[in-house]
Amino acid sequence: MDDLDSRISQALADIENAASLDALDALRVGLLGKSGIVTAALKALGALAPDERKARGAEVNRVKDRLAEALATRKATLEQAELDRRLASETIDVSLPGRDGERGGIHPITRALERIASIFARLGYQRVDGPEIEDDWHNFEALNFPPHHPARAMHDTFYFGDGRLLRTHTSPVQIRSMKGRQPPIRIIAPGKVYRSDSDQTHSPMFHQIEGLLVDETSSFADLKGTLAEFVRAFFERDFEMRLRPSHFPFTEPSAEVDIRWEAEDGSSRWLEVLGCGMVHPNVLKNCGIDPERYTGFAFGLGVERFAMLRYGVSDLRAFFENDLRFLKQFA
Amino acid sequence: MKFSENWLRELVEIKADRAQLAHALTMAGLEVEELTPLGESLDGVVVAEIVAAEKHPQADRLQVCKVDAGQGEPLQIVCGAPNARVGIKVPLATVGASLPGGIAIKAAKLRGVESFGMLCSAKELGIDNDASGLLELPADAPVGQSLAAYLGLPDASIELNLTPNRPDCLGMLGLAHDVAALFDSHVKVGEQPAVAVTGHAQRGIRLEAGKDAPRYLGRIIEGIDPAARTPLWLAERLRRAGLRPISAVVDVANYVMLELGQPLHAFDNDKLEGDIVVRHARAGETLKILDGSEAKLDPGFVLIADQKVALAVAGVMGGYDSRVTDATRNIFLEAAHFAPAAIMGRARKLGLHTDASHRFERGVDPELPRRALERASELLLSIAGGNAGPISMAENLADLPPPAPVALRSARLARVLGVAVPDAEVARIFTALGMQVTTTAEGWQVVAPSSRFDIVREEDLIEEVARIFGYDNIPTATPAGALTLAVEPEARIGELALREQLAARGYYEAVNLSFVPAELLARWGFDDGLVALANPLSADLAVMRPALLPGLVESLRHNRARQQERVRLFEVARVFAAGDPPVETPSLAIVASGTARAEQWGEPSRALDFYDLKGDLDAMIAWGGEPRRWSLQTDDLPGWLHPGRSARVLRDGVTVGHLGALHPQLAKALDLGPDVHVLEVALEPLLTRRMPQARAVPRHPSVRRDIAVELPEQVSWSRIEQTVRSTLGELLKEVRLFDRYSGKGVENGRKSVAMGLILQDASRTLTDDDADRCVRDAVAALEKTCMARLRG
Repeated sequence: MDDLDSRISQALADIENAASLDALDALRVGLLGKSGIVTAALKALGALAPDERKARGAEVNRVKDRLAEALATRKATLEQAELDRRLASETIDVSLPGRDGERGGIHPITRALERIASIFARLGYQRVDGPEIEDDWHNFEALNFPPHHPARAMHDTFYFGDGRLLRTHTSPVQIRSMKGRQPPIRIIAPGKVYRSDSDQTHSPMFHQIEGLLVDETSSFADLKGTLAEFVRAFFERDFEMRLRPSHFPFTEPSAEVDIRWEAEDGSSRWLEVLGCGMVHPNVLKNCGIDPERYTGFAFGLGVERFAMLRYGVSDLRAFFENDLRFLKQFA
Repeated sequence: MKFSENWLRELVEIKADRAQLAHALTMAGLEVEELTPLGESLDGVVVAEIVAAEKHPQADRLQVCKVDAGQGEPLQIVCGAPNARVGIKVPLATVGASLPGGIAIKAAKLRGVESFGMLCSAKELGIDNDASGLLELPADAPVGQSLAAYLGLPDASIELNLTPNRPDCLGMLGLAHDVAALFDSHVKVGEQPAVAVTGHAQRGIRLEAGKDAPRYLGRIIEGIDPAARTPLWLAERLRRAGLRPISAVVDVANYVMLELGQPLHAFDNDKLEGDIVVRHARAGETLKILDGSEAKLDPGFVLIADQKVALAVAGVMGGYDSRVTDATRNIFLEAAHFAPAAIMGRARKLGLHTDASHRFERGVDPELPRRALERASELLLSIAGGNAGPISMAENLADLPPPAPVALRSARLARVLGVAVPDAEVARIFTALGMQVTTTAEGWQVVAPSSRFDIVREEDLIEEVARIFGYDNIPTATPAGALTLAVEPEARIGELALREQLAARGYYEAVNLSFVPAELLARWGFDDGLVALANPLSADLAVMRPALLPGLVESLRHNRARQQERVRLFEVARVFAAGDPPVETPSLAIVASGTARAEQWGEPSRALDFYDLKGDLDAMIAWGGEPRRWSLQTDDLPGWLHPGRSARVLRDGVTVGHLGALHPQLAKALDLGPDVHVLEVALEPLLTRRMPQARAVPRHPSVRRDIAVELPEQVSWSRIEQTVRSTLGELLKEVRLFDRYSGKGVENGRKSVAMGLILQDASRTLTDDDADRCVRDAVAALEKTCMARLRG
């Protein structure tokens, strides 16, 4: 018995000190295996007297449990250590760049244009479109520009030999949208427009958005309210805004809209951002809409101007150079 | 319209300072574009006369002048101006004065000679840009008087950006009327008296241009002094309006045009013969005009002619031969009314824009000619003497209808503006604007003055009320009205979403001009059905692009020339083709060059190839959910594509675009390498999307069998796939190509292709026998139609 006891305490110490799973398994075989000392002690029970056998049996079983537990505990510890070792060896440099993380970007004009269009979409304006090669009637005449009128001369127009022209504004889409339908009408018409003018502040092609609302109650006050809301939504801030009288043949009264723009140096100035007005009765009539029953307002804005203000672009020409070093700033 | 502020204040009392005036003008639709203060801080600057001038002993360019400034003893002034000479009167900045540029005048020694002040140029005084020499004042300028007082300074030159509907403000008198309405003031100008007629000479006038020229007045003034000088006050007003004083006759005509808005013209009466005839030009008729050019005319132009020859292009410019010269003593002075429609566009057609055409094409008050003629006569007689003959006049009153009354309903006014302007205010506004207003049951009846022929309908009156009432005083509101939601079809992919998808795949969006050089298109081989501008800005911007790629490849080149080897760009825009009307097709183009991936550490680097771009196309197609409607064909390729590495893109069997490597010859011509790959597809098919239709998820498992076959190189994958699909029919859910190999171990001219067949039956679980049979069938079909051999 003493012999077993001393061997057990030795065995427990060995288990505790086992340096590897293999060593631990060898210990297990030596203790609990077929020819292990515990197994031998159990076998030796048969030779004992029945009452002694019982007491001795209980003790050997207790020893066996104790050893099994010690083995299991040590095994778990060794396994954990081995796992820790393996995981440590698997460590990677997480600071290396990820794969295929590259991304391109949308052009700032598209970005500003879509932002504007989405603001009006939320106000119930439907997005519509029209041709860029227009005829004189849609671009001028239906919009109340008399032939040769000086207001036409202000639109430096590109012509094709056949009398067609490149639209000088998105306003002809008003005509195309109103013809053949009746109010209520709320439309927004973004697109490319063309004027034969090219210098630091003019591009022969640029982008406009035309808006039009026609129904039974719309007024100049509604126009003011709509534009104030739009400007606030686009720039995410309030602006001092003013409408001042102007002249467009297709609206009356007409206005230019200025906002009070603050420069970084703290100075501020009025900046013209769009043109607008109440739809001229002649235009409604040209489209088969009764100007006595319906009134409407229209506005037109230059997308480049809004993109320049919003993103701090100082040179209009940068928009059309497609230099990646510029485009990547908007990704 | 540019004018002197002081002049305006002389015509109408304005109880407001300069800034308030400018603001009020802008807010009334008369936008102040530029405001230039003139002659600020001229204290201590006086009129002086140079009484002696000697060369500076130490400096070639300087003179030592003795100057009489009315202070008794002449002052010694050292001066470097080239025009400094004895006898002229010039401005002198005396010691203690401080000029607008910040120069403080002190007694100083210049190269050893003492100087007590500075003689000044117009620029140094801040009254003009002329810095070429001393500002020479008229001989009668009073020595010692303050220059500011003498020149009517300080003043400001105000430039208005007038809209085309307000020609009445192209004259000081009309402007004064509008200002009077704004400041509740009144215009201080009365009727124009007629001058005493002391001459007898007269010319007959014949109107032969119908409604284009319904009124013409003229008078002969004989015996004027050709050497007469324009008085300073008049010259200064012209100068501050941006006009250079030229001669008494021309200056008076210009002055009256500025004052009243009526253009006038003076002919040398001795060059005219017989009656004045106002007629249309004859086809092919020409006239040498004042600027020395030869105007080529047609019957659309109205001419002023005499018995023999054309004298002037009506409303645009006078003729050269009948012009007033510095020898002219007898003039014929004209003031006429031309219909705007008869003048519109005419100057432009001659490549001209004149003060006269600017006014006539916008419209001049038809009642002005007599007044203007009398005013010009009055001024001219007082400046240059002479005898005025009787005024000759011809007119067609039928073509000069008086202004018709226009009705304004108060309910309409309130409805359009969204605010109720008080009745009394409405009436006040009309009256202040010189309109005759009467009250009616519904509102008002208004007759506009003859200068305001822009007032013809109710809206014109509404605008006038709003303008003077003030846009700022109209409240803001929110539109009411029925809300109708626009229906967005779900079976359509938004353009923005497509753009974002391309951005997510590494592409940057480009925006190019719609015009391209014809030369570039020729290089690409685009020569049919082009749409060319009749008046392009330059040859580089002459043709509407028939495809996006030529321009987009130029953008790629732009970046390649700027150290960007790897370029990924796309553009969405319309392309144009000839037709009636021309055809505009929204298109999507992609260009890519450089390595397949951005430079990185994790994968072997390789050059971009066809399949990278095809992958981009496949992704866009997959989004539409109907890849089987799309296919590629390799025949009939355009010349700008590599014939072996490119394809036509078809949808439902119709070509909708192209994809591939740029043709090496074109690439070389554009100084690009073989890595440039391009894609252009009509946008519309890419935006169509299948509406999802849910089906039950299959309950039975699928089975996979892999097969590898060897077949000739020229058998395309699509043919292999099609053969397998048609053989196995419904059971085949998917074919996955997982290997393609040619080279060592495979017979020359053949390739090995390995694919996985995904088999599934909706009604039962497939057995091994079923699957094996499918493989046998597929292999047999491939052997039969594709010359395939099963690989061990």
